[in-house]
Amino acid sequence: METLMAYVVGVMFAAAVYMMLRRSIVKLVIGLMLLSNAANLLIFTVAGMKQGAPPLIPEGAEAPATAVADPLPQALILTAIVIAFGVLAFSVVLIHRAYEVVGTDDLDQMKDTDT
Amino acid sequence: MSLAALPILVPLAAGALSVAFWRSVAAQRAIALAGTLILLFVSILLMQQVHSEGFVVLHMGGWQAPLGITLAVDMLGAIMVLLTGITGLAIALFSLGDTPERHEKFGYYPLMHLLLAGVAGSFVTGDIFNLYVWFEVMLIASFALLTLGGERAQMEGAIKYVTLNLFSSAIFLSAVGILYGLVGTLNMADIAQKLGQVEDTGMVNVVAVMFMVAFGIKASAFPLFFWLPASYHTPLVGVSALFAGLLTKVGVYSLFRMFTVVFDHDVAYTHTILLWVAALTMLSGVLGAAAQFEFRRILSFHIISQIGYMILGLALYTPLAIIGGVFYIMHHIIVKTTLFLVSGVTYRLTGTHELSELGGFYRERPMLSVLFLIPAFSLAGMPPLSGFFAKLIVIRAGIEAEAWTVTAVALLVGLLTLYSMVKIWAEVFWKARPEAEDGVQRPEPRTEGLVWMYVAITGLAACTIFIGLNGQPIYNLAEVAAEQLMQPQGYIDAVLEGRP
Repeated sequence: METLMAYVVGVMFAAAVYMMLRRSIVKLVIGLMLLSNAANLLIFTVAGMKQGAPPLIPEGAEAPATAVADPLPQALILTAIVIAFGVLAFSVVLIHRAYEVVGTDDLDQMKDTDT
Repeated sequence: MSLAALPILVPLAAGALSVAFWRSVAAQRAIALAGTLILLFVSILLMQQVHSEGFVVLHMGGWQAPLGITLAVDMLGAIMVLLTGITGLAIALFSLGDTPERHEKFGYYPLMHLLLAGVAGSFVTGDIFNLYVWFEVMLIASFALLTLGGERAQMEGAIKYVTLNLFSSAIFLSAVGILYGLVGTLNMADIAQKLGQVEDTGMVNVVAVMFMVAFGIKASAFPLFFWLPASYHTPLVGVSALFAGLLTKVGVYSLFRMFTVVFDHDVAYTHTILLWVAALTMLSGVLGAAAQFEFRRILSFHIISQIGYMILGLALYTPLAIIGGVFYIMHHIIVKTTLFLVSGVTYRLTGTHELSELGGFYRERPMLSVLFLIPAFSLAGMPPLSGFFAKLIVIRAGIEAEAWTVTAVALLVGLLTLYSMVKIWAEVFWKARPEAEDGVQRPEPRTEGLVWMYVAITGLAACTIFIGLNGQPIYNLAEVAAEQLMQPQGYIDAVLEGRP
């Protein structure tokens, strides 16, 4: 399962970078979305995947009896998803405004500030 | 009582309060001034506490490290927070005079406070994931500040800025994930301790380089700096001064933190990369500046070349070199902010940033000329200003480490920096102001609020003279910071003390 996920994450990163290198700003934002999701999946995978072992401590005990899944990566991912959501919402508005102001969705035309 | 959380709480509270007074610009201005003043006061208190106790550690929610999120301030963190306080106050003062009302009405001050909270949070946290969160707080505030106003250049600059910074965040997050997979902890001190036991050193190097790339983009190191000159000259001058002073330095700070305390297992590999990055950053930045003829673009490229000096201090990795790097950060934040603010005054009086259209300021505003000369000479490294000592320490460390090539590059870049500063001086201040074309009457410059701008610039210029004249005490502070970084055991013990 971990091997499969590793390939999935790799393909997602590759797809994200490919989309970001296209000229359209819409594809750029799609690339950013894929990128943040790929990073989240990566955390999920490298922290170790475990099936059917929720991190529950039996009543009266102070530590779980057997090895359980690590809940921390999921907390990290949850935080990262919320942050990514906010940032992506901003980027969608940004490209909309940029399209209105600049009048094109082609990144190659947005060269005024380059040197 | 531990003061570690206050540098975050004060700007956050000020920001929330400004949002509460959304309709009253006057109230927001008062809060901006009061909030940054309190931040400066708190940062001085924190500096005193760190100076007397060595480390200030606060376990959030009472959860002992490494279980909870820990705020840990050492001397480097305290210095950075103090500089945040100084810069924040200067920018608030400058903004009172320069921010147009339509920006103030759309949340300029709350965003400024949020940015300061993110910056201060990055400096005080001792938890790697928490660092990521503060980075994002800082980024989202900077995105909004960058695009406030919505002009064409701002939109184009913002797209590049947003894309590359989000890319850097994704790499940072992935590196945090892999690191957690390796050591099973997020507390920096705990990571530092457990990283030595990891057998797969190849994997550790991969993670180290991922962090290097992520922070390298934030710090605008070669070859990852292209977002900076494309965006920093587009927003309001106060905003670009705030960015120039603090944002890239958060990246540099993170490099200093990670590549001394955490990744010191394979210095020959990681710090050699950093050494060449430093040399090329210095060189490409200063050459880029030489080709520019717009005030803020020249200054933007100089940020890059100066970042090179700081990374050089880290890369040489001797106690003296780290002292030099820390000293350089202190000097640079103040001087760079001052120079951007000066460009704000010239813009205000003429309405342009183009060197060819500026001129005659030495005749019209001799006071402003002096206020430009002080930070400009300091940036170029003239004694007795702060830049001289900063460069002296770094270059001396380079000679002692016998890193001849990078030392030669550093000296050459100092000379080219002087060239750029003289170019600005000759074009903006010395030459006569070019006549307006076809007898078009120039609009009368707006002078209201100019006094606030002068107060901010004068205060910062006084700071650079102060650092220059008090080289020894400042050097001692940097020395303490370097000692703590080079011997991370003290930091580790202070954070993990009382662990179960």
